[in-house]
Amino acid sequence: MANYSTSEFKAGLKIMIDNDPCSIIENEFVKPGKGQAFNRVKFRNLKTGRVIERTFKSGDSVEAADVLEASLQYLYNDGEEWHFMDEASYEQYTANKDSVGDAASWLREQDTCTVTLWNALPILVVPPNFVTLTVSDTDPGLRGDTASGATKPAVVETGATIKVPLFVEEGELIKIDTRTGEYVSRVKQ
Amino acid sequence: MSGDARENAAGDWSPSASLAALRERARLLALIRDFFTGRGVLEVETPAMAHAGASDIHIASLATRNRDGQPFYLQTSPEFAMKRLLAAGSGPIYQVCRAFRDGEHGRLHNPEFTLLEWYRPGFDEHALMDELDALLVQLLGSADSNRRMTYRQAFIELGGIDPFEVSTRALHEHAGKRGLKLAQDHPGERDLLLDFLFSHIVQPALEGRVFVYDYPPSQAALARVRASQPPVAERFELFLDGVEIANGYHELTDAAEQRRRFNADNRAREQRGLEQMPVDERLISALAHGLPDCAGVAVGLDRLFMVAAGESSIEAVMAFPISRA
Repeated sequence: MANYSTSEFKAGLKIMIDNDPCSIIENEFVKPGKGQAFNRVKFRNLKTGRVIERTFKSGDSVEAADVLEASLQYLYNDGEEWHFMDEASYEQYTANKDSVGDAASWLREQDTCTVTLWNALPILVVPPNFVTLTVSDTDPGLRGDTASGATKPAVVETGATIKVPLFVEEGELIKIDTRTGEYVSRVKQ
Repeated sequence: MSGDARENAAGDWSPSASLAALRERARLLALIRDFFTGRGVLEVETPAMAHAGASDIHIASLATRNRDGQPFYLQTSPEFAMKRLLAAGSGPIYQVCRAFRDGEHGRLHNPEFTLLEWYRPGFDEHALMDELDALLVQLLGSADSNRRMTYRQAFIELGGIDPFEVSTRALHEHAGKRGLKLAQDHPGERDLLLDFLFSHIVQPALEGRVFVYDYPPSQAALARVRASQPPVAERFELFLDGVEIANGYHELTDAAEQRRRFNADNRAREQRGLEQMPVDERLISALAHGLPDCAGVAVGLDRLFMVAAGESSIEAVMAFPISRA
């Protein structure tokens, strides 16, 4: 595996820190006039999403992380794992619960997701920013009430529960912002 | 030049500092010259390129060559040449010049930067701290109280450990907890650990104008070592709101000790696989001839002007940093 010297550090570089793949967010050169030079690095652990700071001795080398982001089509869930496919190469990838995480609430078959691959294994799945899902269960709607701002819970086809306006009916398609988990609008079929 | 580089170069033609910042820089430079003229300190100029460079293992020299292939080192500070002037009987001298250090680039670093360096025969480091403080009052226009603390005091008070007493193992543990990640153990590790803890923990906690003095002998550089208990280097640094601004010494005047330190640096360079530096024999000869008892200090003017302007990067007070040079 390749190594990077601290002099190559910059935002976006993927390196191994404490055995986890990480992405550098910020790199600061710190050096006393008469003393050792350091690189103070702020980075995101790509498995946990946590942002951490570490300092390296300038000139040290750090192992590169074989990490890339791929656009993969979500195929199906077999009850334990989530299966994805590269639409260009037809290569399939299997993601476990840890790497899918909260994205599981928004995965609809055939949607294209951004999947972070580490050594060709999915470690992070990010659904599209907006998904369109069918409402599978909600209390009967109040037609005409489009302005009150009141909401009710609705279960969508993926099993997630979100708040929707009172007029939304079972069987309707709705658009959801996956970054906030909020209802955006109804979608005409 | 690649297409991208050409495009970047085209977009980067303008200065990184505002014109107002450059005018302020010129005003402060004029005030500095007034200050020294008023005190009878002579302005001098010494070579930017010389046969010898710094031997300090933490400072990398840039070198250029003449047409015969002879290397000339771009000066990392004007210290050696200025000491030769002092030995020649110049009396008190100052210089504002460019210094060059390879590989130093960041918010507070540029490989080419401006130093103010001055020497005062008959001064010790405390008298020189007084004079530096007087200069700061003149430049920054405030008589903010300055605080002076020993390196040991600063470490104990702000870093929670005694840098002279603590074991290297405990230092290692402390540094690890504070986020230091070493690829492997390094030779001379104790100083590395102290440098890490000082620059990451102690220094950011130094508020306002603080002089730190009496450094560990292993960090004496070109300062005298006083045989106190424990022995300390008669070296000081100035920090403004946690930014290192100046480094001064009660200067080493002993030619034999100077040669010993040059040789020790070159041995340490060899251990680390760094380039050997030619010993500046002219400096040794000057010391042998007789350097007056004196104190000297180097002030990073880009950083000083940055702090004066309330900026957080030296690029805000430089016309063209390396990325636009």
